[in-house]
Amino acid sequence: MAKVKGDIVVEIERCKGCEVCLDACPTKMIAMSPDVNSKGYHYMHKIKDDCIGCANCAIVCPDGVITVYKVKIG
Amino acid sequence: METGTVNSDIIREENLVYRKSRVLTDNIMHYCPGCGHGTTHRIIAEVIEELDIQEEVIGIAPVGCSVLAYNYLDIDMQEAAHGRAPALATAIKRLMPSKYVFTYQGDGDLAAIGTSETIHSANRGENITIVFINNGIYGMTGGQMAPTTLEGMKSSTSPYGREVSLMGHPLKITDLVARLPGSYFVTRQAVHTPANVRKTKKAIRTAFELQREKKGMTFVEVLSNCNSGWKMTPVQANKWMVENMFPFFPLGDIKVNGELVSK
Ligand SMILES: Cc1ncc(C[n+]2csc(CCOP(=O)(O)OP(=O)(O)O)c2C)c(N)n1
Ligand code: SF4
Ligand code: SF4
Repeated sequence: MAKVKGDIVVEIERCKGCEVCLDACPTKMIAMSPDVNSKGYHYMHKIKDDCIGCANCAIVCPDGVITVYKVKIG
Repeated sequence: METGTVNSDIIREENLVYRKSRVLTDNIMHYCPGCGHGTTHRIIAEVIEELDIQEEVIGIAPVGCSVLAYNYLDIDMQEAAHGRAPALATAIKRLMPSKYVFTYQGDGDLAAIGTSETIHSANRGENITIVFINNGIYGMTGGQMAPTTLEGMKSSTSPYGREVSLMGHPLKITDLVARLPGSYFVTRQAVHTPANVRKTKKAIRTAFELQREKKGMTFVEVLSNCNSGWKMTPVQANKWMVENMFPFFPLGDIKVNGELVSK
């Protein structure tokens, strides 16, 4: 079976640190950054390389902060 | 805009799975972090983009936190006086029947000051779509009790919880709308998980498609957190919503193809 690999791009300055996306990620590869953006919000970032490109995080994000990509491998 | 590490061969246009809709402007929404208004704006924009009707849709913004919705949705929009969005939508739809016309309203707007407009536009079977954000309180003005506030629910004007003997019962206005002969599709959804967002998006799409077929009023209630008004974090507020709002306001279709769904 073909496997998939995904990746995300987070628009740090748009993120308001609501954390609603964290629970939505099936591979638990996202978390809040210890750093803050210019508004003072801790923003969502990748902590692992396990993205499957499911787009759950992007679909539940109120602010449209996340762009998702996916490729089939093998 | 800075976007964090971009180091992957995967990040290429041809591999794109999800990006913010082009029907949303680049303005950063003024909503509190985690508020369902943002999510609902996002999926309305996605439906408009997917149906390719950006030039043919007219939205009516309410009074409430979403009063500035026209700053975010890149479509023709008109602002209504508090609660009057369905009256304005009625006029616009009757003058321009080929347009898709929808209102976007909170529960204070739609179920308190605008009750008359809501009920009569539904009863007349106006061929418009209403998107109704129910967060159980008046968010914008400081979390006052709304007709939708649950029994026992605390708000700034019911600090010890809503007491039915004094303050009356919470109002299920969506169920009332469904019972009127002029409504055709009535549903209650939520936007707190990816699965629920997908369902709500499908419901909004269905509502617009039925409007094209001139079926009568289509009505999509979206249960949403008002985490600031409820004085919780967004994640806590979504959990509270599931535990407390869903039992009284159960999710699902209420009227389909003009027929009440039997439970
Ligand atoms: C005629 C009139 N009466 C009262 C107000 C004050 N007011 C502004 S927003 C609002 C309630 C908004 O609550 P809701 O519709 O639930 O929207 P939310 O802010 O929760 O999204 C009220 C009472 C007003 N602007 N105009
Ligand atoms: S796309 Fe899916 S797997 Fe990747 S970060 Fe988002 S939720 Fe996690
Ligand atoms: S006050 Fe409530 S409804 Fe208004 S933006 Fe904040 S969370 Fe959303």
